[in-house]
Amino acid sequence: MTERIIITATINDEETQFMADMRDSLLDALRERIGLTGTKEGCNNGNCGACAVIMDGRLVNSCCVMAAEVEGSEITTVEGLAEADGLTPLQEAFLEEAALQCGICTPGFLVASKALLDVNPHPSEHEIRFWLAGNLCRCTGYDKIIRAVQKAAAQRGA
Amino acid sequence: MVATPEKPQYKVIGTRPIRPDGTDKVIGRAEYGIDVRLPGMLYGRIKRSPYAHAIIKRIDASKALALPGVKAVITHDDFPPPGDTAMTMGEGGVSTARFMLEGIMASKKVLYRGQPVAAVCATDHHIAEDALELIEVEYEPLPVVSDVREAMSDAAPVLHENLRTRDMAPLSQTPSDKPTNIASHLRFARGDVQAGFAAADIVVEREFETSMFHQGYIEPHNGTAFWNRDGKLTVWCSTQGSFSVRANLATLLQIPVSQINVIPMEIGGGFGGKLVVYLEPIAAVFSKITGKPVKMMMTRDEVFEATGPTSGTYIRVKMGAKKDGTLTAAEVYLAYEAGAFPGSPVGAGATCALAPYDIENYVIDGYDVVVNKPKTAAYRAPGAPAAEFAVESVVNEIAKQLDIDPIDLRLKNAAKEGTPRPTGQKFGRIGAVEVMQAMKDHPHYKSEIQGPDRGRGVAMGFWGNVGGERSATAAINPDGTIKLVVGNVDIGGTRAAMAMMLAETLGISAEQVHPHVVGTDDIGATGLTGGSSSAFAIGWTMYELGLELRKKLTERAARIWEVPEDQVTYGDDGVIRGPADAEGKPREMSFKEIAGRLARTGGAISAGLTTQKQGAGPAYGGHIVDVEVDRETGKVTILRYTAVQDVGTAIHPSYVEGQIQGGVAQGVGMALTEEYYWGPDGRMQNASFLDYRMPTTLDLPMIDTVLVEVPNPGHPYGVRGVGEVPIVPPMPAIQAAIADAIGVNLYKAPMSPRVVLEALLDKER
Repeated sequence: MTERIIITATINDEETQFMADMRDSLLDALRERIGLTGTKEGCNNGNCGACAVIMDGRLVNSCCVMAAEVEGSEITTVEGLAEADGLTPLQEAFLEEAALQCGICTPGFLVASKALLDVNPHPSEHEIRFWLAGNLCRCTGYDKIIRAVQKAAAQRGA
Repeated sequence: MVATPEKPQYKVIGTRPIRPDGTDKVIGRAEYGIDVRLPGMLYGRIKRSPYAHAIIKRIDASKALALPGVKAVITHDDFPPPGDTAMTMGEGGVSTARFMLEGIMASKKVLYRGQPVAAVCATDHHIAEDALELIEVEYEPLPVVSDVREAMSDAAPVLHENLRTRDMAPLSQTPSDKPTNIASHLRFARGDVQAGFAAADIVVEREFETSMFHQGYIEPHNGTAFWNRDGKLTVWCSTQGSFSVRANLATLLQIPVSQINVIPMEIGGGFGGKLVVYLEPIAAVFSKITGKPVKMMMTRDEVFEATGPTSGTYIRVKMGAKKDGTLTAAEVYLAYEAGAFPGSPVGAGATCALAPYDIENYVIDGYDVVVNKPKTAAYRAPGAPAAEFAVESVVNEIAKQLDIDPIDLRLKNAAKEGTPRPTGQKFGRIGAVEVMQAMKDHPHYKSEIQGPDRGRGVAMGFWGNVGGERSATAAINPDGTIKLVVGNVDIGGTRAAMAMMLAETLGISAEQVHPHVVGTDDIGATGLTGGSSSAFAIGWTMYELGLELRKKLTERAARIWEVPEDQVTYGDDGVIRGPADAEGKPREMSFKEIAGRLARTGGAISAGLTTQKQGAGPAYGGHIVDVEVDRETGKVTILRYTAVQDVGTAIHPSYVEGQIQGGVAQGVGMALTEEYYWGPDGRMQNASFLDYRMPTTLDLPMIDTVLVEVPNPGHPYGVRGVGEVPIVPPMPAIQAAIADAIGVNLYKAPMSPRVVLEALLDKER
């Protein structure tokens, strides 16, 4: 039978306690145990970035982190980006620039882009492409995603 | 954008409003199939064959069933015996219930690695995974054939003892009665090919190979089913067509369609790969047995190994031309892998192969061939990229040999209104010439290429596009908005497009229309989101729905004003006008004003209808690409990319551009990095996103798009299908650019570093 443990972590600024299977990845725990289904599974082995979250200030693929590892950590998922009263400039830019089609990779791209802008508020096109190379999108050809990140960066700087 | 004089002025069409479903998708609230969670839900997993060709001797599930938490194990025998009912698989693909069920769950023999042989459901996904290991299956392995040419030879292992070649070619010989892997042969012909080649000054003949390519949607297949005690089955899934899932389930489970409600969740990409059912019938049977909702989801390696990629191909093209560039004759030989069951897109490949040109004499032969690989499914312009890769590469070589500009050569031979198609119909108003001209005029084409090992290539691409059935209802809200209900699955922004077309018809803003996608119980029949049909077909529905609402509103206004109906008009600006009143003041009411008065003047207004329209408008794209080749590593870098396309009318230009950019990206993957590596045992060696290399942000530059608007005369707003055309030109355009850069023509896609290096070494020898 599977072994369960209780984990406490700060998720989207909220101290959260949840029970997880010892074999759960952070992705499993977020989706199946906590109900934060905004984080998506695309490959479950760290190659597509659809499950990207920020853990203690670092961008990680949540499918490659065990749930048991996050005890005491601070985690930001796509659900934690927007404020109560509206979207962030990054989210607005994704909508204005039509940077999503099917939308399944969008949570990962938004989280990864936020992590980029947190450490590098004025990235060049190449820096954006380098940073986002771990996130796969099959619909857009990336053009509009890159433009959206550029636009959000320009707005944050203004 | 390049608008032709034929394009009318619009108010809403051509603007770029925010998509109605946008906010949900950027805050993580949009509900995809993988997000379905129901009380008491069980989790199913599939036991798959480790062999590409083998007889199933024995399946023993007793150990799995003994594991605590395991609720059921099923095999082929748990499904009703399938008949040979024909089943549609989308984009023109047809199969039989027997073949489709074999792909869902094998009976006596497995025909590809990854084919399901049993399935288990349990209370938790970890337990279901553990149980897979406990299901014992004994096989007797058989020889494997996984190459299309080998499969066509007499010595090849035969996959299906009962398969005979269905010969659709009037000119060919009587079919043999021997078992074969050649499922069908088709032929299109025009003129006198021998005379055509005799009239040519040069003849170029080349052989091509293309790999299987996967659609690569980021969301793996998933499906959740609940079979209620009253016999009613509800299915939540990720599909491009809820009504075709319903029809397929009805055939496979042998229950009436009225007993099934298919609810299409948000879909994380499809590109043709989500037109067929894989998991839904299994989840349904599990739910019937257990009485609980059952969810199933594939892992990424299952998606690669056991869903439908596009055909690997072998193609031969021979073309003749006069010194002035006139193409005099063509012979095209297409052999397409169908995978384990008949049904490759070779027919579409054959009708698209020569479509950019008006050639007097040609023969196109197509062969549909079964091999020990997963059954292919539709993939964006199914069959066209491989066929046009071959033809366009030969056309580029002819231009080079004749020292004619490759776009001039194409303009000289371009298909036009009235050019006959292989199927016998003639082209209506098409935009091939306009696209070619826009390529020539583009600053990219006029610029100089500088630097060593850099080159430029161009190519055309064509896709026929289809229409189809769409249903919608619209109810006017008292606040002046419209609740629009459709069955049309939205993959890439069709909610925005449909809202805009209804708004245009009613003279209101796109933001006043609120679209909702619903399940099969809640709307009339609706066809697939596929074949580049959506904006075209739902646009017709929106237009006719808009006219219906205009009529009803006009009647109501006449009643409110107490004037004859024929004196009331509905303006394109959304204002209803009647005759002047007693004081001589004009009677006018906006859409919003009358919406607010409906309840008190006879009640709310709504309308609903189903349209069935064909003629989505064939469309052409032309691409220009600059590359740099690294002679040491063989790596090809895309330096600049321009995609020109006749889009008819761009409803929401941002999403039209997005379709083109996305198609280019997939085409670049086909051209350079994506490939199924097969072991001699018929096992895919690279079933992960790490090893099946789809383009990343670092592999592509910005992709410049030029939207040429030659309105489709078969549509009220001139819409042509947009989504599929752009995947067609990248392979041949990049092939030509590499040839321009290093002087070597490559005949194999992907043109991976290994292929480039081997060609360079051959050249040095």
